[in-house]
Amino acid sequence: MDETRYFHWRPGRAAAALALLPTAFVVLFVFIGGAGWAALVSFTSSRMLTIWNFVGFDQYAALFRFPRWQVSLENMVIFGFCFILASLVLGILLAVFIDQKVKGESVFRTIYLYSYATSFIVVGLVWRWILDPSLGIQHVVRDLGFPSFTFDWIVSQKMAIFTIVIAATWHGAGLVMVITLAGIRGVDAEIWKALKVDGVPNWKAYLFVILPTIRGSIVTAVVLMTIGVVRLYDIVVAMTNGGPGSATEVPAKFVVDNLFERQNIGLATAASTTLLVLILLVVVPWALWQRARQRRMA
Amino acid sequence: MTARQMVPDGPRPTAFGPARLGIYGFLVVSAVFFLMPLYVMIVTSLKPMEEIRHGALFAWPANPTLAPWIEAWSSACTGLKCEGLKVGFANSVFITVPSAVLAITIGMVNGYALSLWRLRWSSLLFGALLMGAFIPYQVLFFPLVRMLAAIGFFGNLAGIVTVQVIFSLPVMTLLFRNYYASLPYDLFKAARVDGAGFWRTWRSVMLPLSGPMIVVALILKVTNTWNDYVLGLVFAGHRYLPMTVELNNIVNTTHGEREYNMEMAATLLTALVPLAIYFVSGRWFVRGIAAGAVKG
Repeated sequence: MDETRYFHWRPGRAAAALALLPTAFVVLFVFIGGAGWAALVSFTSSRMLTIWNFVGFDQYAALFRFPRWQVSLENMVIFGFCFILASLVLGILLAVFIDQKVKGESVFRTIYLYSYATSFIVVGLVWRWILDPSLGIQHVVRDLGFPSFTFDWIVSQKMAIFTIVIAATWHGAGLVMVITLAGIRGVDAEIWKALKVDGVPNWKAYLFVILPTIRGSIVTAVVLMTIGVVRLYDIVVAMTNGGPGSATEVPAKFVVDNLFERQNIGLATAASTTLLVLILLVVVPWALWQRARQRRMA
Repeated sequence: MTARQMVPDGPRPTAFGPARLGIYGFLVVSAVFFLMPLYVMIVTSLKPMEEIRHGALFAWPANPTLAPWIEAWSSACTGLKCEGLKVGFANSVFITVPSAVLAITIGMVNGYALSLWRLRWSSLLFGALLMGAFIPYQVLFFPLVRMLAAIGFFGNLAGIVTVQVIFSLPVMTLLFRNYYASLPYDLFKAARVDGAGFWRTWRSVMLPLSGPMIVVALILKVTNTWNDYVLGLVFAGHRYLPMTVELNNIVNTTHGEREYNMEMAATLLTALVPLAIYFVSGRWFVRGIAAGAVKG
């Protein structure tokens, strides 16, 4: 940069730096400082109050011996796998089928995405009623003349976590559809022409050419859903509140409960720091991959 | 009529073969899956309790009534108070309006400073800010409660607005940074050559061009803030609990028999604002979530 231009721009640059100051403050002291502070507390023996008495990894050892935390982690993995798989399959199928020059495309799209606009609390309550054995689907089918029909996952220790998967998929599949459809519509027309000329069947074209071409958007959708999985809280609170028993407890709920109800700060921060590490393990490789891809394209 | 419409290339794709039938079949069955809960909520909220006890869930109400909606709005109970959802609605408005105005204003200025003013630390700051979008809320609960309590912002309106603004800084900044970066750079340079400073360039050149992105950001921010539950629960204090928290409290406060009709009416009332925004804004909403989907 040449000297005179730099000099000329300097007053404006000072104002620009000043304008960014509050945000820099938030990043430094809330995001980085806050996460660091919480991590530091997780190495102390704090319970109701913060005590700067460092005990190494004791809180983590206690945390991973906690049955409720073990169940929470297990639930997060089961939920995460099923929810991401279900949303991907449903969302991609919807996008591909909508892409078949169907009539009323915008009506279908509007229907598949409206649930995404509603609150997780609303989603949880809605599905709690639909799946309630004495009110919802089970009750309706029994009234139709199938008195032995049973669909009581929501009150079953073993199956309850899958009802959360149903509710979350209902909420989130539309997002996958939107992201995938935007990707499909962005595919170069030349690629389609070449596939037509070669006589490649439609399903093969999507599965082996189009979807791999838009893998960037699909990976982005998966990363976003993974974040949602780690944050999962509201739907569970509204739908089952962790029950029956502790069948649908999740890590984010463990943190909130230990922080505000059980007042065990050390354990809560150990749990939340574990979540942060899990998130970083997903986001950092993804961010690096994205950057490498952009460099290669540029 | 244009030539393109008259000479379709390839076989007519709309011929109704088994494949077309399968496509529409799948789309319609999926549509039923997505719409069924909304339908159940609407019809149940319009039925008297008598009908819910004996009738089928999917049946159209025989004697439709608005009484459950009125009860949900004005007299449903949360714990000992029986004031309905109207208090929560007002609180959500009090929280959403200042959060949206502040977050969008700061996001705009950030986006402008980061995209057009090549500052030395700007890419580092932006990268760190984006990473902030991925931090689970729960990680920052403990430090935020302490920090806000220290300045008297915990458990009141200022507290929840501050937290709402902080957590939406990354996405709002991202939206406007990408938008300003997509505008022709010459516009900015021309104003600079005329000697306009940072703020004047923004006011006279950038702000007038920001309309479309402000709409997108507004849709995204209002929807997200309205739908938030856990931030309101933790940071708003008893006086300013948002509608989602009040809704969950109403449903979990039962005296005797569950009033499904009133509870479903309350749920629909809470979903009304974001759904109205969604159905009115259409493509703008999609633009917002595509650009700001980071905030799941």
